[in-house]
Amino acid sequence: MASDYQTPYKGVLGWLDDRLPVINFADQHLRFYPTPKNLTYAWNFGSLAGIALVIMIVTGIVLAMHYTPHTDYAFASIQKIMRDVNYGWLLRYIHMNGASFFFIVVYIHIFRGLYYGSYKQPREVLWGLGVIILLLMMATAFMGYTLPWGQMSFWGATVITNLFSAVPVFGDEITRWLWGGFAVGNPTLQRFFSLHYLMPFMIVGAVLLHLVALHRYGSNNPTGIEPKGKQDQVPFHPYYTVKDLFGLGVFLIALSLFTFYAPNYLGHADNYIPADPLVTPAHIVPEWYFLPFYAILRAIPDKLGGVVAMFASVLVLFVLPWLDRSRVRSGKYRPIFKQFYWLLVLDVLVLGYVGAMPAGGIWVPIGRVATAYYFAYFLVILPLLGVFERPKPLPNSISDPVLKGGGQPAGAAAKPMEKA
Amino acid sequence: MANTANTGQKDDGSSRRDFLYLATGAVGAVGVGAAVWPFVDQMNPSAAVLALATTEVDLSPISEGMGITAMWRSKPVFLRKRTQAEIEQARSVDLSALPDPQPDEARVKQPEWLVVIGICTHLGCIPLGNKQSEPRGDYGGWFCPCHGSHYDTAGRIRKGPAPTNLPVPTYEFVNDTTVKLG
Repeated sequence: MASDYQTPYKGVLGWLDDRLPVINFADQHLRFYPTPKNLTYAWNFGSLAGIALVIMIVTGIVLAMHYTPHTDYAFASIQKIMRDVNYGWLLRYIHMNGASFFFIVVYIHIFRGLYYGSYKQPREVLWGLGVIILLLMMATAFMGYTLPWGQMSFWGATVITNLFSAVPVFGDEITRWLWGGFAVGNPTLQRFFSLHYLMPFMIVGAVLLHLVALHRYGSNNPTGIEPKGKQDQVPFHPYYTVKDLFGLGVFLIALSLFTFYAPNYLGHADNYIPADPLVTPAHIVPEWYFLPFYAILRAIPDKLGGVVAMFASVLVLFVLPWLDRSRVRSGKYRPIFKQFYWLLVLDVLVLGYVGAMPAGGIWVPIGRVATAYYFAYFLVILPLLGVFERPKPLPNSISDPVLKGGGQPAGAAAKPMEKA
Repeated sequence: MANTANTGQKDDGSSRRDFLYLATGAVGAVGVGAAVWPFVDQMNPSAAVLALATTEVDLSPISEGMGITAMWRSKPVFLRKRTQAEIEQARSVDLSALPDPQPDEARVKQPEWLVVIGICTHLGCIPLGNKQSEPRGDYGGWFCPCHGSHYDTAGRIRKGPAPTNLPVPTYEFVNDTTVKLG
């Protein structure tokens, strides 16, 4: 901060802000921060994801006070948390279901960005940081799922770490390095615990960068048109703080329903059997939030090819801003894009369903078609649509379509707004 | 820069300072690499893990057609005493039809004893079929329930996503009824 900084505050607050100008910074970014006035509830999920991250970190830190990362004690220490530790059952169930809800929120957040073109210039880096957060979340969730040391923990860890054995030449060295042995075992569990504790804080760092990038150009909005001035914006507080808090209330009700009434609905019964390296469960399934990626892995009838396709299905998001050639941001004004978009939503749901089914019969061809569409959407359809699609005419400003909807001429209605 | 002081600039535009920058940078890079290596290598198997390298298995209780599972380096090893029919089945296969061609003779030391590491080469599940009550797949060997790989009576991959045959560990017969793994 330059030495010519003048604090806008007086008294004790002014004294402190003059020496640590973080109060002014928070005011600018959380209170006065100008935000498009037309954001719908689809824009709730960013702040909701941040709150979910805080819930996971708080419950995780207290769970770590009671958990023992050793193959002989891990399963028993989870049972101790569930039965003996005061409110241990509650903390663990919040952490378990919180992970699922964190993914639900983040997936909705991503699909909102896909529909409204939030990844487009000048928000490419903001989008890329989001993809990094998603990758960190996936790694964190995977390692966390290993810690209870049940059958699904052990075999999930075995299958996922074996993905790296598909790497040419160094595959075996890499898996042995990941395991710290010749198979998943105690060294693996201990390092996964260490990293599971570390990575949420890396996510916090990535989230802060995500926010810095967000506040550089501000939020996108349902029209995809940049605000043309103050008449198109409202201060973040109280307008969106209140809207976000309402969304948080709905989110907490849903999380509570699962935590209190169906705490194990999203998990697998097999994970209440202690890990046994000699018995593979009949049907290994990852947690639901990984099922679409698991379906893509199994759709390719080649080990290396399947692994490459699975990683590519996430990494393709990094280059999405350059694949979508259309200069119109919001899907609202793209009649053909809209249809392909909803087909993609359906496609990912189908992939998720196929991922949960056994690898055989009708599920193999369905999984292959769905995988083909997933990649075609990003690599073929979006680049072509940018050239061939004729978008609907865009409104002149964010205020324009709303005021026109009232039956008044846009110009007449817009004028009093500009004075305000 | 060169105008203000004598930096030892030569005719080709390079200077002693450029050399010092590069040399310092190179030494720094080597130093950082050397400092990082212990943090990477600590994740490799420790001496205690590597020490558990050999295991002896008693074969005397195994009758023909039966298999047992032994643990070696925390991995399951399948030891199966094959029937005459199973041996013939393994040896009569056209090698060019195999995804990972290997003659049965190269995979065993004594024809009736097949010793393989019991980990599916696809993604590391334990294939079923070592017990006679379990499904043995379409080729009479093992069947991996995770992603549907079928192995034959020589532990070779025949059908499914696994890329290679079940690996044969290093082993030797100490005497007629004892085998040493590793």
